[in-house]
Amino acid sequence: MNEKYDLIVIGAGPGGYVGAIRAAQRGLKAAVIEKDKPGGVCLNIGCIPSKSLIHESNNFRLIPSLKELGVKIDAEEFDYRKVFERSRKAADTLSKGVDYLLKKNGIELIKGIATLKDSSTVLIDGDRELTARNILLATGSHPRQIPGFEFDHKQILSSDDALMLTKLPKSICILGGGAIGVEFAHIFNAFGVDVHIVEMLGHLVPLEDDDIAAELQKSFSKRGIHIHTLSKATTLKKTKTRCKITIENVEKNQETLSVDQVLVVVGRVPNTGKLGLENSGIQTDKGFIPVGDYYQTCSTGVFAVGDVVASPMLAHVASKEAQIAVEFMAGDNPQKWLDSNHIPSAVYCEPQIASFGLTEKQAKESGIPFKKATFPYRGVGKSVAVGSPEGMVKIIFDDKYKEILGCHLVGADATEIIHELLLAKKSELLPEDIASMVHAHPTLSEAVMESMRAVEGWAVHV
Amino acid sequence: MLALSPTMESGKIAQWSKKEGDPIESGDVLCQVETDKTTMDYESTSEGALLKIIAPEGSEVNVGDNIAIIGEKGEDISELPSETVQPESEKKEIAEPEQATHQKNPQEKSILTAQPAESEGNFPRGVPVSPLARKMAADKGIDLHSVKGSGPRGRIVKKDVEGYSPPQPNLHAPPRGAALRDEIIPVSEKRRVIAQRLSNSFYSAPHYSLSVEVVLETLLSARTRINKSSGEKISLNAFIVKFTAQTLVNHPMVNSSWEYETIHRYGTVDIALAVAQPDGLITPVVHDCETKGIRQIDHDLKELIGKARENRLAPEEYSGGTFTISNLGSMGIREFTAIINPPQAAILAVGEIVKKPLVDENNDLAVHNTMMLTLSCDHRILDGAVSAAFLSDLKKFLEYPIEALL
Repeated sequence: MNEKYDLIVIGAGPGGYVGAIRAAQRGLKAAVIEKDKPGGVCLNIGCIPSKSLIHESNNFRLIPSLKELGVKIDAEEFDYRKVFERSRKAADTLSKGVDYLLKKNGIELIKGIATLKDSSTVLIDGDRELTARNILLATGSHPRQIPGFEFDHKQILSSDDALMLTKLPKSICILGGGAIGVEFAHIFNAFGVDVHIVEMLGHLVPLEDDDIAAELQKSFSKRGIHIHTLSKATTLKKTKTRCKITIENVEKNQETLSVDQVLVVVGRVPNTGKLGLENSGIQTDKGFIPVGDYYQTCSTGVFAVGDVVASPMLAHVASKEAQIAVEFMAGDNPQKWLDSNHIPSAVYCEPQIASFGLTEKQAKESGIPFKKATFPYRGVGKSVAVGSPEGMVKIIFDDKYKEILGCHLVGADATEIIHELLLAKKSELLPEDIASMVHAHPTLSEAVMESMRAVEGWAVHV
Repeated sequence: MLALSPTMESGKIAQWSKKEGDPIESGDVLCQVETDKTTMDYESTSEGALLKIIAPEGSEVNVGDNIAIIGEKGEDISELPSETVQPESEKKEIAEPEQATHQKNPQEKSILTAQPAESEGNFPRGVPVSPLARKMAADKGIDLHSVKGSGPRGRIVKKDVEGYSPPQPNLHAPPRGAALRDEIIPVSEKRRVIAQRLSNSFYSAPHYSLSVEVVLETLLSARTRINKSSGEKISLNAFIVKFTAQTLVNHPMVNSSWEYETIHRYGTVDIALAVAQPDGLITPVVHDCETKGIRQIDHDLKELIGKARENRLAPEEYSGGTFTISNLGSMGIREFTAIINPPQAAILAVGEIVKKPLVDENNDLAVHNTMMLTLSCDHRILDGAVSAAFLSDLKKFLEYPIEALL
């Protein structure tokens, strides 16, 4: 059986399903092959369930504050399973939503495991054949393991396992202080788990600006989260109920922790090993698929986006890359490549972190003459009024024209507020454009306005 | 902005004579407007106070566009649509606030919030450019007109300004002197008008020309004596204009216009003199030359020539001529043929004064100051004999001035 399509998408995650819908919008006949549930990792075992858990954990953290108001709360009957179930409900709803969107756009969703037979032929489960003018590889990634700390999904957990927990441990050691690690640290700590977090580099969230990370660490420490930076795990001894894990820092000081579970979140690995790439002449580089303009591979008609290419492993990056590739396939003239300076990062622990562009360290290393300006959250009334005064807005800008080079936020709602700054960067607006715009009062966005006024040298509320 | 001449379509605000807040009387000069021909005073037809200048100095404005708002002193004009200069269906100067306040529809609102920044400064409105790119271009002195935009909808963005390089000389040509370079020059308004009018004239009027050589001794010594006595030195052109005017009185057909079904013989002699300008040519007119004396004509000429060189002639000062004189003698041109200034019948080209050996009626050789006059004529109006008669009479008057008074 030989069915012909304009586009076959392998993987129904944020790269795949967005690409398929865009293709349908542009009049291409498309099919998506997904081995699991539509929505991919993001919807099912990533972004969405984790944000749901974070939301519940934030609510849980309000209990002391409510008690201070005389509200009698008995948290004895707290059942974490119910939190977990809510997160699954959110994931399921959205997964069904993707299913609906694909149907609505006339895209065929095929359940199965896809491999490439050649540059224009896809095999499903080894026998059913589909041909297409274009193929979009969007098979995503899976959690990376550390040798010696391989997942057993009971004591040594991956992020998948952590999101599927129905019962909380009493203590946990998180290996990996990146975005995923700190989000789990936040969740577990909120629900009363004793948390250790171990990071090899100099500070948590090592990709973020140093000042921003420092704010987060200050907040985490206050909450009793044990932070071990410039450290790595060296040995592990498992018993039936405990994990004894030895942490060693750069000065060779060692510490052995005794915890219930270990969560290993040290990165993700692209799913490219079993795709049959060699059948279309594609060779991977460290597991990633090399791509050029419009995310084309070396094989004409075959494109790759998302976690399988060496760009930041973020859902919104996958979606944007898919959009570019598909618009190119449809004969449009999209941008050739996603500008990395326009990609926002978002970390949803409390305080939230959001940023894009150069960190101060990167700016220094680049040799561009730059300046920086900061503004503290507590300088705007809203943050104080709602009891979230911690945080700051930090702007890195070019010395000559005041071009925005990087923006870094830590504080409440940072992941939402960042977009005003990102729009300014993308549209080449100047600090004065934000500084002179009226921002509603009282809002946290006023901190953005004031930070730009600080750039111009006239911040008012500091 | 109202049209200041019949052919005016647009102009540049050269300078504002009033500032925002100044009281305005009817007839007050608001600003100077530069057109393809000249720079003119723009007078207010209303009174009140100058509430807002919409078109800043240096901006190009079309006839019909708003350039300012005049109203009651202290009037609130914040309700009015955007400050950017937009062509409007009515040519208004006065704000009508009572109209504006009643029109609060969404479209109006969007105009109010439109960013006026694109009309600021030296960059014309309508060039889509990001604020950063505009700043960089201003800093580098790059004209945004010559930058190609690669951003959304052709917007000029940073990398377009960064990657901009001015047009390079042809690198394949053999090395040339620094002075010579291939250049494409846009045609200015003035050049366009000259091209259009003179092409029209040359292609419609069948041109032919007649020449005479004039002996100038008498005239030159008279002029020298006159200029020695009184204050202001009278130019030779003034003499030539006066004698031409007198000759035209006697040969009225040469002082006329071809109007296809009719020929218009003028009742006055209004002689235009061709004046070179840095960017072109203009012909200011001395009116009523047949009644004015040489001194008066000279005075008028000096004033007009001065204004012409500064592009400050008013339309009535360069229109309405009945005959034109062009003198390239001061530039060393012996003789030349001029193209008729439409819709006139003829044009007189005056060459330089040259000492020449001439044979007189006794077959004797003598050195004389001579000057070539070449008359170009429109054969639709003037036959050879008619124009010859005119030209020979003109020669006679210049050589024997007294006879012009007969």
